Amino acid sequence: MKIGVFVCHCGSNIAGTVDVVKVAEAAKAMPEVAFASDTMYACSEPGQEGIVRAIKEKGLDGAVVASCTPRMHGPTFMRTVARAGLNPYMFEMANIREHVSWIGKDKGANTRKAIDLVRMAVAKLAQNKPLYPKSFAINKRVMVIGGGVAGIQAALDCADGGLEVVLVEKTTSIGGKMAKLDKTFPTVDCSSCILGPKMVDVAQHPNITLYANAEVDDVFGYVGNYQVEIRRKATYVDWKNCTGCGACMEKCPSKKSPDPFNENVGKTTAINIPFPQAIPKKAAIDRASCIRFKTGKCGVCAKVCPTKCIDYEQQDVMVTEEVGAIITATGYDLMDWTVYGEYGAGRYPDVITSLQYERILSASGPTGGHIKRPSDGKEPKTVAFIQCVGSRDKSVGRPYCSGFCCMYTAKQAILTKDHIPDSQSYVFYMDIRAPGKMYDEFTRRTMEEYGAQYIRGRVSMVYPKGDKMIVRGADTLAGTQVEVEADLVVLAVGAEGAAGSAQLAEKLRISYDSYGFFMEGHPKLKPVETNTAGVYLAGCAQGPKDIPSSVAQGSAAAAKVLGLFSKDQLQSDPQVAKVDLKRCVGCMKCAMTCPFGAIKELEQRGEMKVQVIETVCQGCGLCTSTCRQGAIQLQHFTDNQILAEINVLLENQLEEA
Amino acid sequence: MSTRLRYAYYPGCSGLGTSKEYDTSTRAVCQALGMELVDIPDWSCCGSSPAHTVDHRLSSALAGRNLALAEMLEDVRAIITPCPSCLTNLKTAAVRIRKPEFAAEVNRLLDKPVRNTLPVKSVLQAIIEDVGVDAVRPKVFKWLTGLKLAPYYGCIMNRPPEIMEFDDHENPVAMDQLMEAVGAEPVAFPLKVECCGASYGVARRDIVQTLSGKLLDMAALNGADAMVTACPLCQMNLDLRQDQINSANKTSHNMPVFYFTQLLGLALGIGEKDLGLSKLCVSPKALLDSLEARAERKAG
Repeated sequence: MKIGVFVCHCGSNIAGTVDVVKVAEAAKAMPEVAFASDTMYACSEPGQEGIVRAIKEKGLDGAVVASCTPRMHGPTFMRTVARAGLNPYMFEMANIREHVSWIGKDKGANTRKAIDLVRMAVAKLAQNKPLYPKSFAINKRVMVIGGGVAGIQAALDCADGGLEVVLVEKTTSIGGKMAKLDKTFPTVDCSSCILGPKMVDVAQHPNITLYANAEVDDVFGYVGNYQVEIRRKATYVDWKNCTGCGACMEKCPSKKSPDPFNENVGKTTAINIPFPQAIPKKAAIDRASCIRFKTGKCGVCAKVCPTKCIDYEQQDVMVTEEVGAIITATGYDLMDWTVYGEYGAGRYPDVITSLQYERILSASGPTGGHIKRPSDGKEPKTVAFIQCVGSRDKSVGRPYCSGFCCMYTAKQAILTKDHIPDSQSYVFYMDIRAPGKMYDEFTRRTMEEYGAQYIRGRVSMVYPKGDKMIVRGADTLAGTQVEVEADLVVLAVGAEGAAGSAQLAEKLRISYDSYGFFMEGHPKLKPVETNTAGVYLAGCAQGPKDIPSSVAQGSAAAAKVLGLFSKDQLQSDPQVAKVDLKRCVGCMKCAMTCPFGAIKELEQRGEMKVQVIETVCQGCGLCTSTCRQGAIQLQHFTDNQILAEINVLLENQLEEA
Repeated sequence: MSTRLRYAYYPGCSGLGTSKEYDTSTRAVCQALGMELVDIPDWSCCGSSPAHTVDHRLSSALAGRNLALAEMLEDVRAIITPCPSCLTNLKTAAVRIRKPEFAAEVNRLLDKPVRNTLPVKSVLQAIIEDVGVDAVRPKVFKWLTGLKLAPYYGCIMNRPPEIMEFDDHENPVAMDQLMEAVGAEPVAFPLKVECCGASYGVARRDIVQTLSGKLLDMAALNGADAMVTACPLCQMNLDLRQDQINSANKTSHNMPVFYFTQLLGLALGIGEKDLGLSKLCVSPKALLDSLEARAERKAG
């Protein structure tokens, strides 16, 4: 076999701490290496052309590139090798950047290690066999999980692109957090006025199937062919016949049920439609508050319903949907701010969250858009806003900036002045972070035109004194202590991943961080993809975002799906497990360890064997290490290939010793 | 750990002087609750506020000497002290001495090495955790019905939380629970852990007047008849200086400031002599006399 070795300088990234010329020289002495050279940037166009030329001119059978991580450029060089007429799997990469030059400063030691890694790659390549992908058909339907603004945008864009869309929403209406907002920054336009039409579009779009009040129970399959089990939770109302007339709500005697849409400011009825613009506009019973479910003794809603659609016996229904791609747009939740003892930890009724204030400001909210403080219903004249509650605060485990709180606080200060012209707002802040288009101008307007008093410094304590809330903090610009006597305190609470996002991530086999946000494929270059093919991200599920960014990412995710579905066939990765039926004894140990359910039984001439479902196999190799017979081998990472690497490494070390 | 409620007791300097009534009432209450106190033999000053500002090893050695002496006592389950300031010093030293290098430096200053084997608690914590609120209730001789109290813990009883490891550092409730258990009514008191200005007691009287004045104002505003404390310095500032505070702030508070052990003692039927009620500067006599009338009114 004739192997070529190409050692990359990567500018000074590698050449700065590795003697690349020496590595190339050493490679020339290795058995089966017919050509070796160093190159400034192997991934650049001339770099790749050099590889192609060498393969063609020297008649090479395979190439080793010693450069960066295969995560970055593995596919690049496989295409290069293929362009030169070789099978792309006749290629190996030695990572002498992340594994060598970036982590050590000793040039001699680095060079020796780089040579070892190249030697291993050469030994493995000598064992490589050409591999060929298989093609399979794509199911060109897409599922969007989460019906907030990001999910709505993704669903509409996919549907407009001609795809069939299944939209799954956890609550009884789509709209998400945006539907709860009174106004949006920096335009101060009505949130539900701009979101409402989009929600209606979802309801009316012929390509969109909406499952509200439903959750994803389980996910099977692989890119192009997912099966998703959806639990349609019982609403105790037959939604086919419910007209959303609201008669049941009017007559429901249980009028003090918790109202999650209004962030539990105010109460609602046990059977309710969460808000006037709800999509679908259908009633649902809150089982925990319903008198019928608690005592068996009511039934008013069933009596008054003109279409007779109340069904107390309704059960959850399981539905399986088959789709080729999944967009997750599950959004965020506010951090549980009751860990802040110094702000009363939820004990003071006039210390509320930003989202509660948003509901109080909203005309469709519990106070009809009149600002009334929760304790006594009085109109507050002095409102203190405290920013960074659950953001940039290591002490409560939330070290990150939630990004949108500066802006919504400014908006709320403006709205406060609009509602109550003789009011005064105070905003305690750490920095103003307003980098979006027209954002800085907006916060300036809040201070300059609306007279909000911005005080740089953290608040140390909030406590009631008579009917006032005393907000004590520091003014770090003036270098003094400040006390504000406020009528109402609004905490700008930061964001964390939506409840249940970790469980969903595990079902989807995507990564998530310790704050419940899903991990993107690459923080810069794959912001919409996940590491699982066919699963995409949109909106705050990936990290806190404002509305424009959420909408942009929703469209981006839709574009990714449309791109994926532009092909009729997908190629499967041939780096999957393969069974040697002669060796297999059918013990099924591999099937038991496989986390993807990719191995099934196979009866062959009366004997039990196993078979790998190639499209399901993710190439993790767990089965290979489990099999005592060595019968199941991961293609491209066979025992022989790995042993060849180890042998050549040990041989060299024995010689040195 | 022993099953007996036997403790190494550290009265602290103020317990022998300015807050003698805290010490005597503590001893009487502990006895009534079945807690046996053994004074740490030959105990010395814990270093109080000045030592730790000079040198951590020196301050830990001062506290460490007392820890080591307590460890010689047989069959005690913990070291307890009524004074939060002593508590802070003892506990901080115990935490620092957990580091072997630090312990070696401290032990070099001491005749007898600290083994750091006994937990350190406040008397309040020992009553709450070892005796329990439920065990106090059946021992009540006279319910404090109708007595409205502002429970004031002071700034160091629960802070810093990683050292004190007791109750909530923003909203402690231990004294509230004890007072409720004997029939009194704790009022909402949001300044429970605010500073009274103790460290400035001598140097800057104006600061004490401002800070302690706020506490008295808040207690009165929230309808308290009296304040209840667990700290000799807090009590002294609020009680002894109440006249000064009144004249500086143009207020007219006449608010008795009890130690929680005094009120607990009253409820448990301990004689006034042991409780040292006469040592309070703002006399609680009228208030306590009116209590029975209130209880009757409430019952009627």
